[in-house]
Amino acid sequence: MHMMRSVGTLTRADLAETLNRKLGLSRAESLDLVEAILAKMCCALSEGENVKISSFGSFVLRDKRERVGRNPKTGIEVPITPRRVMTFRASQKLKDRIGAAV
Amino acid sequence: MIRSELVEALATDNPELRVEEVEQIVDIFFDEIAARLAEGGRVELRGFGTFTTRAREARTGRNPRTGDAVDVPAKRVPYFKPGKEMRERLNTD
Repeated sequence: MHMMRSVGTLTRADLAETLNRKLGLSRAESLDLVEAILAKMCCALSEGENVKISSFGSFVLRDKRERVGRNPKTGIEVPITPRRVMTFRASQKLKDRIGAAV
Repeated sequence: MIRSELVEALATDNPELRVEEVEQIVDIFFDEIAARLAEGGRVELRGFGTFTTRAREARTGRNPRTGDAVDVPAKRVPYFKPGKEMRERLNTD
């Protein structure tokens, strides 16, 4: 199997740059909007609401019960407190788009 | 929250933008993330989380209806790891 061409990491700044370039919004406004999108999703999730973005995927909350864990170094049993975790389920469209790139 | 509710909330907070513009902004945001993943790259949104892709090897699957063996080719699948801040925020009341 051949190595995939190495591509850099996309960040907030890159997303803002694209909004600036494609829509002509100012750089400051573009960055604010990127931040606002993340804040809205973050806010809904922290209030216990799942976030579903059609043709991209869903961020789904799961409540985990308490369980017994072990410190891998010492072997001592420690309780793992109940917690809420967030998972991402990619939409079929996103899976197809990424899977096709092999 | 669904995509249209996200657009609505952003439009309310940014009255200087038309709703169609906000829709374009949201479309571009998610499309850029998908495009980078499709190119084999990763997307790091500090505080929120990181999107990457993981390799899946080719395997022989079964058609659940007929039981016939089918070859499932190797592929990449999307993967998301929530950021530390996000994980903490989910667990504060």
